[in-house]
Amino acid sequence: MAVMKKKGNKSAPAIQTSSLPDIIFMLLFFFMVSTTMREITLIVKTQMPEATEISKLEKKSLVSYIYIGVPTNVKAYGDSPRIQLNNDYKSPAEILEYITAEREKLSEADRPQMTVSLKIDRGVRMGIVTEVKTELRRANALKICYVAQKSLGYY
Amino acid sequence: MAKRSSQEINAGSMADIAFLLLIFYLVATTMNVDSGIMRTLPPMADENVEQDNVKVNKRNLMFVSINQFDQLLLNLKEPITLDRIVGDAKEFILNSDNSEELPEFEEKEIDLIGKIKVSKGVISLQNERQTTYEMYVKVQNELTRAFNELREEASVKYFGKNFENLSEEEQEAIRDAIPMRISEAEPKGME
Repeated sequence: MAVMKKKGNKSAPAIQTSSLPDIIFMLLFFFMVSTTMREITLIVKTQMPEATEISKLEKKSLVSYIYIGVPTNVKAYGDSPRIQLNNDYKSPAEILEYITAEREKLSEADRPQMTVSLKIDRGVRMGIVTEVKTELRRANALKICYVAQKSLGYY
Repeated sequence: MAKRSSQEINAGSMADIAFLLLIFYLVATTMNVDSGIMRTLPPMADENVEQDNVKVNKRNLMFVSINQFDQLLLNLKEPITLDRIVGDAKEFILNSDNSEELPEFEEKEIDLIGKIKVSKGVISLQNERQTTYEMYVKVQNELTRAFNELREEASVKYFGKNFENLSEEEQEAIRDAIPMRISEAEPKGME
């Protein structure tokens, strides 16, 4: 006891920081595993509609995205809904090319499982959506997903 | 000399480096997983091949149309509201009292369940160019809900368990017993 008291009289030791890098690395690995790279910057506004009966898109590598919405920069591009593929505005006719390119990236075995995720703003009219759907049928990309937010089921 | 060699590597900056990497990952990545209503589009009809028009019997078709003002019409004559679709769709698929108006059945042998009657009903959803996407998704959602509820009921009936607790094969059997037939027709006024 006497010995302990002697120690207590000394000035407080510095906080142990030798394990700090380990903790940070752990956090880092967590984020590396659980997140995916942001691939594109959105240039259209997409506020998804709400739905209750939704299922999760399983394999992200098999998913291609099509965004439809009003351009974020209304002054430069107007306020009618546009289609965004990769990082640019595209016309419906260019979807075929895009889908073919996306399909080329996948391995032979995965191609039938390819899913197209349609991220469409809730205010968009169905006319442009139907054009996109027709192009997807032409491109033979038949598995689609209308992306929606989970709602509680009340409208 | 011996004393010098035992000197440790300075690890003080390790935390800073790790922090830097961590912040990079926080900024450059996203975490959210997309979810939505899954659908399968019908394949493109080949123009060169002669179409053998598959005439769907009138009683096998439930026709839901959404007009430009987001109003719903059932079978081209009866206006309905969004909350009634689930009930109507379920009644249409089940046809519990073998009505002449509602879809016919076909006998089908399904693994794990056996021989049962499967409805031949198709729900057709039609919209106009001016219909909003939000309304369209709402209706799709309601139709999906109708099928999900029917599958839920069927799995309790045949396996005594909820659909999500069934094994992969059992789920497949239920999906065969209640096929989700929703046709997304070409909208009116395409020209």
